[in-house]
Amino acid sequence: MSRIEKTFRRLKKERKKAFIPYIMAGDPSLDVTKEIVLLFEECGADIVELGVPFSDPMADGPTIQRASERALKNGVTLKKVISQVEDIRQTTQIPIVLMTYYNPIFKYGIENFIRDSAAAGVDGVIIPDLPPDEAGDFINLSKSTALDTIFLLAPTSTDERVKKVTKASSGFVYYVSITGITGSALLLDGSMETLISNIRKYTNKPIAVGFGVSAPDEASAVARLSDGVIVGSAIVKRLHDSPDELKSYLMSIREAIK
Amino acid sequence: MPALIELEEAFFHFKKDKESQKELRHLQETYIGRPTPLYFAKRLTKHLGGAKIYLKREDLAHTGAHKINNAVGQVLLAEHMGKRRVIAETGAGQHGVATATGAALLGLDCEIYMGTEDMERQALNVFRMKLLGAKVTEVPTGSRTLKDAINEALRDWTTNVRDTHYVLGTVFGPHPFPVMVRDFQSVIGKEAKRQILDAEGRLPDYLVACVGGGSNAMGLFYEFLNEDVKMIGVEAGGKGIETGEHAARFAGGSIGVFQGCKSYLLQDSDGNVLGTHSVSAGLDYASIGPEHPFLRDTGRVKYTYATDVEALSAFELLSKIEGIIPALESAHAIAEVLKLAPELSNEKVMIINLSGRGDKDVQHVARIKGMEL
Repeated sequence: MSRIEKTFRRLKKERKKAFIPYIMAGDPSLDVTKEIVLLFEECGADIVELGVPFSDPMADGPTIQRASERALKNGVTLKKVISQVEDIRQTTQIPIVLMTYYNPIFKYGIENFIRDSAAAGVDGVIIPDLPPDEAGDFINLSKSTALDTIFLLAPTSTDERVKKVTKASSGFVYYVSITGITGSALLLDGSMETLISNIRKYTNKPIAVGFGVSAPDEASAVARLSDGVIVGSAIVKRLHDSPDELKSYLMSIREAIK
Repeated sequence: MPALIELEEAFFHFKKDKESQKELRHLQETYIGRPTPLYFAKRLTKHLGGAKIYLKREDLAHTGAHKINNAVGQVLLAEHMGKRRVIAETGAGQHGVATATGAALLGLDCEIYMGTEDMERQALNVFRMKLLGAKVTEVPTGSRTLKDAINEALRDWTTNVRDTHYVLGTVFGPHPFPVMVRDFQSVIGKEAKRQILDAEGRLPDYLVACVGGGSNAMGLFYEFLNEDVKMIGVEAGGKGIETGEHAARFAGGSIGVFQGCKSYLLQDSDGNVLGTHSVSAGLDYASIGPEHPFLRDTGRVKYTYATDVEALSAFELLSKIEGIIPALESAHAIAEVLKLAPELSNEKVMIINLSGRGDKDVQHVARIKGMEL
């Protein structure tokens, strides 16, 4: 069983929901990234999502785009992120998921990437521009390692997509709360509840919700419907604009996710 | 993915739908001005002293470039799908103008994404789009050129997919776009085939077209792929391959996966997309439509490049010798012909796709020559 599965199993037993904070690796530096991962853990995070910078982050909104540009300017690459995870692993066993676009992996070599990241202690990978339809090799090669492959579902996903994506996903299923990009405004009407209960018809795998979760009351509302809450842009923004407030913000979100 | 599947189904339905096809043909004739002429460039032929040179005059299509063929096709498709809003990316501005035109024709809402740098280079086209009723949105991120405009258009499409159709401008991106755009552009080759048979009584020996994303080239080549005709695609060599400032994906790139398709890509060793350079904004793009690598690797089409300097001198030569000011993009194809035609006998026949007119480039060229207009 992977570290991510174990985490969700434990949370289920404790009747808790996962808090999954995100930061862009290397913004402002890889050393700070390590400190923030440890801060996440201290503030009660269950899983950490690390963004890998890319020149053309087309699923991301302006906040993460800019963080990506800053990290690239610092010379951060996929390779460096993987070795930073290896370093972080000396200090903590918190599950770490990489969110990266496909071309850096393709260039690295799929087999090399899976081997190196699994060996470094990466637990899962989210690739927003790799749909399961095109991910056969990636999924098969990952199966022999502890690496989970996490795919995305959106409000527009048809039942057929839901079947395909839940089947291809391991660790958890990533439900994108809105049609749009990271950091957009969240819409909390009744539709999310309907859509998530529809996904549950097809899978017992945990469902975590991301894109657009920012305020504690949003986190709390999303947690009631799902198994985990992913918070990205709101954290990246605070880390960049007002780092002193980050810890209290993280605590308020943790408090809200029950 | 659901949006792409919906689009694929709608496109194949549109292709089979007799009413839609009739309307498309009607607009091609009465609005775009098709068929565009196939013109025998007598003085250029004489000047080069080799093969007979014909120009397929896409510059004479409405809005001044081949882009309108695809734009009108896709806005009709959008209407067929019940979508009342269209968006598009643009580099040189030609596709933006074409899409804004198509949207005006059908009364659709239209928003065009354009990189900040391109907006400065192509101020005239920005104003044209606004006149046509489109909203032009500046993209100040990344390299602030075409690829960033595509990223932003994709972000918009993901957000507004329920009521919006993305009119992608070239044979690039995820399926079905490459097939669909090729299909709307293939009218170029179909007409050229008929026209050259009328003029020469036989098929040409060579086809030459410039290749940015590759839609004008696919449009001309597709109808001839199974014929005994040599084909040449000309990429932007910029300031020369060795300088790194170019957009020659075959000469300077490697295989990558970008913006929804696998193709040749100008990228660094970590898979980040590199900045590109070309004197012509329409060729200034880091990747190339995925059918071109297939045609290249199977040996069906030969690809080469022309530098900024070569394209500029072809631009001036065609203007003076034939009274036709070509788009700087098309001037790259002319530049290749200037090298190739003199080496061929006068029995040989070439067709060049003159994909657009050069009015939009006049100011830019004047500036390069140190003149202020």
